[in-house]
Amino acid sequence: MTTDVIAQDSHDEHHDDSHEHGKMTGIKRWLYTTNHKDIGTLYLWFAFIMFLTGGAMAMVIRAELFQPGLQLVEPDFFNQLTTVHGLIMVFGAIMPAFTGFANWMIPMMIGAPDMALPRMNNWSFWILPFAFAILLSSFFMESGAPNFGWTFYAPLSTTYSNGSTAFFVFAVHIMGISSIMGAINIVVTIMNLRAPGMTYMKMPLFVWTFFITAYLLIAVMPVLAGVVTMLLTDTYFGTSFFDAAGGGDPVMFQHIFWFFGHPEVYIMILPAFGIVSTTIPAFSRKRLFGYSSMVYATSSIALLSFIVWAHHMFTTGMPLFGELFFMYCTMLIAVPTGVKVFNWVATMWRGSLSFETPMLFSIAFVILFTIGGFSGLMLAMTPVDFQYHDTYFVVAHFHYVLVTGSLFSIYAGAYFWLPKWTGHMYNDTLSKWHFWCSLISVNLLFFPMHFLGLAGMPRRIPDYALQFADFNKWVSIGGFAFGLSQLIFLAVVIKCIRGGEKAPAKPWDGAIGLEWTVASPAPYHTFSTPPPQKDIDNADQHEH
Amino acid sequence: MSTNDEQDNLTPDENTNLSTEAKTAVSIQVSNNSKTVKKLLLVVVAMFGFGFALVPLYDVFCDITGLNGKTNGTAVAYTATGIDKSRLIKVQFITRNAQGIPWKFEPVINEITVHPGEMKLVSFYAKNNAAHDIIGQAVPSVSPGLAANYFHKIECFCFTQQPLKAAEEVEMTLQFYIDLELPEDINTLTLSYTLYDITEKSS
Repeated sequence: MTTDVIAQDSHDEHHDDSHEHGKMTGIKRWLYTTNHKDIGTLYLWFAFIMFLTGGAMAMVIRAELFQPGLQLVEPDFFNQLTTVHGLIMVFGAIMPAFTGFANWMIPMMIGAPDMALPRMNNWSFWILPFAFAILLSSFFMESGAPNFGWTFYAPLSTTYSNGSTAFFVFAVHIMGISSIMGAINIVVTIMNLRAPGMTYMKMPLFVWTFFITAYLLIAVMPVLAGVVTMLLTDTYFGTSFFDAAGGGDPVMFQHIFWFFGHPEVYIMILPAFGIVSTTIPAFSRKRLFGYSSMVYATSSIALLSFIVWAHHMFTTGMPLFGELFFMYCTMLIAVPTGVKVFNWVATMWRGSLSFETPMLFSIAFVILFTIGGFSGLMLAMTPVDFQYHDTYFVVAHFHYVLVTGSLFSIYAGAYFWLPKWTGHMYNDTLSKWHFWCSLISVNLLFFPMHFLGLAGMPRRIPDYALQFADFNKWVSIGGFAFGLSQLIFLAVVIKCIRGGEKAPAKPWDGAIGLEWTVASPAPYHTFSTPPPQKDIDNADQHEH
Repeated sequence: MSTNDEQDNLTPDENTNLSTEAKTAVSIQVSNNSKTVKKLLLVVVAMFGFGFALVPLYDVFCDITGLNGKTNGTAVAYTATGIDKSRLIKVQFITRNAQGIPWKFEPVINEITVHPGEMKLVSFYAKNNAAHDIIGQAVPSVSPGLAANYFHKIECFCFTQQPLKAAEEVEMTLQFYIDLELPEDINTLTLSYTLYDITEKSS
């Protein structure tokens, strides 16, 4: 049916030359679109709306934690907020934002006319809003939203569930199907639609990181689907996968969950590596240092991510050998990650640096992500993990890698390609305000959490002992400031879409890549004929 | 998903404007795409299955390595070749009721000492304090976990379900011995039973 509508509609448009070729009007354009740029835009807007939704929940959490005692919300509702905040930020904000980047940029970067499976692309986006509608609707149910933490450990999510488990499970199923379809599309596009002459080792590193990430998604999202299915049958159909009474084992839940969960954290950071590996060379006016080592480092991180899951479970009573194995494997990941950080710094070394907003976010990424990496190394050490486990130190760690890591890279990428997407330059002053406000507030927000964690403040608790009051006050102030700063970004984007200085095809003099060989804004259809070999060679990120 | 295979790599209006050669190129492209998609879908299905395969794998792994404190689930015969009088192992018994089962459930003695290879018989007391019949199931766990493989149960009430009528009481036996090979560094074993109400599940 969809096919008929599209065919008919595009047929009608042949009479109307004022429209761009193949583009429908109004809401239909967005509902029926199979265009990678439209779908990329949808993903990016959806991610930003979800980011503000999850952010609003974080604001309530920080308001409650502003001072000790219970002021604003019930503990149970607090738990619902922390749970849904986590789920939304992971599955609703960071992952769709990266898929948005993939959709917009990969076809243009490899000289392809579109994604390989455009109709599936439409589906993988349009089922997402339903997933989050289901998840968020549980807030308005008698049971309330999921309150068992985003990690939904059994038996919290089975025996002790407040009744929201079914909503949660179906929402995760839909998110998973969406991610898997998106990932299959990315892999097929990269394998089959590269322009002639674009060999694997000539692909931009950005494309490489999404390629590897897509494989990770295909490998682990089905495991997530499996584990939530087991939760569903345990809760509602009398099975005993995780119920000791029936011969199951709740610790096994954690093993299966983290077998998904650890590759998942790399799903959320590898694309970030790809983005800053694009922006840093552009504003250093140099080629990327060590392109091949970047490819191999990314692959090693992806492979290692499958054998480190139990470092999330050191306190479950593993035997010494298990603890040592997972500790050393985890620390091994610091090697390829170190290679990457070294390469970014070496790219900047003796470069002609300029500090446009995408570069500011990229440099902040390198420094702050490294801080998050260091606290990760601390957490990897079994003996000290017994102190850090389930404290604010963990919260500080994963917010450094996800907010100042993934999110900052998303901002770097967004500012970098906004001229290509909209055809206008963004407002430079406002964007600088956005960066500096975010940078200062994010550190005020997350850095003191390290100290709180070391002093023993547990995570996921709506109240705390008096000695934590001062730090929490500062953390909350940082949180409100960071939340408000993100509205500046919204203003920048809206201003940029509505007008502004006209952007040339290549607004950054140091940028390389096929996307800069097409006009700004990028025409609705690009590379209907493959780009010439000369352009592909110019886009090669290898040092010459 | 498989319905997307055909002609999906170009928007329909573009497709109609193509020359014959271009159409051949498109159809090669399409068949390449569907091959790749099929392979990837196979991976997806395999990984979904792998998630479930982890369940038996986990049990097998714990059985072989003796991790996780799981003791043998069915009776074993006494096979020790003697009694090691030089070692004395302390065995402690603890019991716990899972949420919602109103039984009194406790070991008759809390602690005994035993030589490796020596057979021992201990009992546990249970009484149903509820006004209705309840079927209970005790699930054992040994700490330290690595000792579980050296703790052999010849007879245990945990091998079967325990149906108790309202206000009925019972003394349940456990017969066990400790393996001669018990690692040198283990001198105390704790056997813990958690009692679950499985009336609904077993009906």
